[in-house]
Amino acid sequence: MALDKDKVAHIARLARIRVEDKDLAPIGKELDQILSWIEQLNEVDTADIAPMTSVVSLKLKRRADQVTDGGYPEKIVANAPAAAHGYFTVPKVIE
Amino acid sequence: MSLIKGETGEWEVVIGLEVHAQVSSNAKLFSGAATAFGAEPNAQVSFVDAAMPGMLPVINDYCVEQAVRTGLGLNAQINLHSVFDRKNYFYADLPAGYQISQYLQPIVGKGTVVLDMPDGSTREVGVTRLHLEMDAGKSLHDQDPRLTYVDLNRAGVALMEVVSEPDMRTSEEAGLYLKKLRSIMRYLGTCDGNMDEGSMRADVNVSVRKPGGELGTRCEIKNVNSMRFVQQAIEYEARRQIEVIEGGGAINQETRLFDSKQGTTRSMRSKEHAHDYRYFPDPDLLPLELDPAWVETIRASLPELPDAKKARFMKDYGLSSYDAGVLVGEKDTGAYYEAVAKGRDAKLASNWVTGELFGRLNKADTALADSPVSAAAVGELIDLIADNTISGRIAKDVFDEMFATGKGARAIVSEKGLTQITDTGAIETAIDQVIAANADKAEQVKAGKDALLGWFVGQVMKATGGKANPAKVNELLRAKLKN
Repeated sequence: MALDKDKVAHIARLARIRVEDKDLAPIGKELDQILSWIEQLNEVDTADIAPMTSVVSLKLKRRADQVTDGGYPEKIVANAPAAAHGYFTVPKVIE
Repeated sequence: MSLIKGETGEWEVVIGLEVHAQVSSNAKLFSGAATAFGAEPNAQVSFVDAAMPGMLPVINDYCVEQAVRTGLGLNAQINLHSVFDRKNYFYADLPAGYQISQYLQPIVGKGTVVLDMPDGSTREVGVTRLHLEMDAGKSLHDQDPRLTYVDLNRAGVALMEVVSEPDMRTSEEAGLYLKKLRSIMRYLGTCDGNMDEGSMRADVNVSVRKPGGELGTRCEIKNVNSMRFVQQAIEYEARRQIEVIEGGGAINQETRLFDSKQGTTRSMRSKEHAHDYRYFPDPDLLPLELDPAWVETIRASLPELPDAKKARFMKDYGLSSYDAGVLVGEKDTGAYYEAVAKGRDAKLASNWVTGELFGRLNKADTALADSPVSAAAVGELIDLIADNTISGRIAKDVFDEMFATGKGARAIVSEKGLTQITDTGAIETAIDQVIAANADKAEQVKAGKDALLGWFVGQVMKATGGKANPAKVNELLRAKLKN
């Protein structure tokens, strides 16, 4: 698999990481190496094996429909970089 | 099929809807925070909803049950094995940076919604799937000139996304689909269908094509929050696409926003990069396995749904498809009607409920639950008509009075002395007076001008304050003038 500069820029954007133009090609090469290492897994024949979602045989835990949490707005926004009147605030998102 | 005429001929509109319906539950899908509408900002948020590090989701059993119940109500396949995935995108009101949703293996598969067309016919729309997912928070853009405020109270609330097949061809069908889906979910008690509070929102997919041709490129109009807006958005978007194509352009597959003030749609530039969701199974959640016996218990507990009730009303009460459709739209409407119709003329009961009562409720902008006239009271009024105590015409005046004061029909009739005059002698006296005063017209009727007979009936009714039995007036007038 070869990652071109556009692909790297796209991935960086999705991850919200700023990558300078000059760094796109070297990062692409680095990611290529990681990917081809992982691609070794493709050598294993998994045609008859169902996808595994967990290594332990547990059932999904469920809870009853009861209100047991919440009611602490000040704790929710305590670590927010910016807040006002109990809301988180962020730079204006314009549609 | 109904087509839109363009410059180059006729176009067919193809519509599919994705409806987000809030599950009626006390707590959120993956946390124990409350779901009630209208709380103080961030007061109904747990650390799970705020995506604090180390917090793990635990699924709400009742929300799963509600999704299964809805699936059964849509005659859909229930998938005993389904999987939760992460849908990744970046937005200020999505603290984790992903939404927990279902992608390749949803909890509910293919089903059907039957539309009741205004002409009494029916039309089927396919449901592709229903999946469970969590809602995002709410962004408020109008509180500050430079800032967007974020409230996470909605974040984590359970939603059912119901995806339809692209089976609709007109905005009217889309409206009827929404109406029916809402009705079914309200019968089931799985979603309150309150569009004003955001309990039901729709994403509308619209494309146009030449009749029978290949499907055109579609645009998705996001988050339309009323039935009327859904219809307006479709009308506008279809016209826009036809104009673009006929002007030599091409439709870009894109996300658009509906502007309810202008009645138009416009491109949502911020969503250009949003379609790369990188779904993958959520490692915090195991697959959702359902016990078939549990599903059957839910199936056995389903109430009578609108389609079945409509069929029963048509069969048992002899109602038209249209009247039955109106009466079964809401559960309490059907129950009200049945209470009125029990032991009475079913058709007369339907006329009084759908025509007289609903008309007055609409005018007064009052819900049936707050009606000043109970089903028993309407029944009492109908009994008075049936036993000839009052005429149908007087009954309408009595009903006005009942509606305004909440008094019973019998009380009003005796208080105002509205009891119908069936005494032949009294009516004959009135008739004789009217004939004497209008001898010329009486001669004309005798000479064969039957049209005037109706005028005489009216005059006699007027003379008796509307209390004469109209059938008797007619009979006696005929006897006097036609022999």
